[in-house]
Amino acid sequence: MVYLTRTEHFNAAHRLYNPAWSYEKNEEVFGKCANENWHGHNYDLYVTIKGIPDIDTGFLMDAKALSSLIKEHITEKLDHRNLNLDVAFMNGKMCSTENLVVGIWNELKPHLPSSVQLHCIKLYETPRIYVEYFGE
Amino acid sequence: MNKKVAVFRSEHFNAAHRLFNPKWNDVTNEKVFGKCALPNYHGHNYELEVKITGKPDKKTGYVMDLKELSDLIKKEILSRFDHKNLNLDTKEFKDLNPTAENIAIVIYKILRPLIDKKKDLKIRLYETPRNFVEYPAN
Repeated sequence: MVYLTRTEHFNAAHRLYNPAWSYEKNEEVFGKCANENWHGHNYDLYVTIKGIPDIDTGFLMDAKALSSLIKEHITEKLDHRNLNLDVAFMNGKMCSTENLVVGIWNELKPHLPSSVQLHCIKLYETPRIYVEYFGE
Repeated sequence: MNKKVAVFRSEHFNAAHRLFNPKWNDVTNEKVFGKCALPNYHGHNYELEVKITGKPDKKTGYVMDLKELSDLIKKEILSRFDHKNLNLDTKEFKDLNPTAENIAIVIYKILRPLIDKKKDLKIRLYETPRNFVEYPAN
């Protein structure tokens, strides 16, 4: 079993705000992240797949093809967007990095070839904060 | 010691912005600024490097106390821009397009009067790990 990771990146605006709570409660829980006019991040996305390399090519999957899939199904939808307002798969969900990785997993998985398995979505919100999701 | 030394302090802030010239229509803005003009904003992790150049003080050996420089950047820059929408939440970019170039110039103008005149100041601002600007240029 071999693991292959492709890195992509996107820039987006978001805000952490639970509409079921009062403004004060949101400020208390989310602090500056609740700012009503948004703030933003440079997100770095790591997609890891696993499987057995093909005998003829030596590839688990052509990394360029994996990149194209991620761009088409994920970063095209997220890059230079407002995660709260512009992204259909985050509609009605809190735009935390935790929820974003689960959303990305669910969006990407159906488009991967059957010869590989999705292993991990890792997403850096800042150089100092990242989350991982293994589909568990 | 008579030699000039450069000292640096790095800080960071996260902000939303969009690039948009209100004198142009949407078509021209999109043509010039592309995705950066999208109406609902996007955002960045800005990495700020402040460079101070001068002769180390004879008594302390410091060009500038870097804790003091850090406190100054936090008070004057991060408190204005961190977790803000540069277009909507800051007076500095009310009528100025918040490109990395303009943000660096604005930061320089805020800090310059607060730093010893005998020291040189340079701002380097990373908008992404791959896009960054410096002001002054030389």
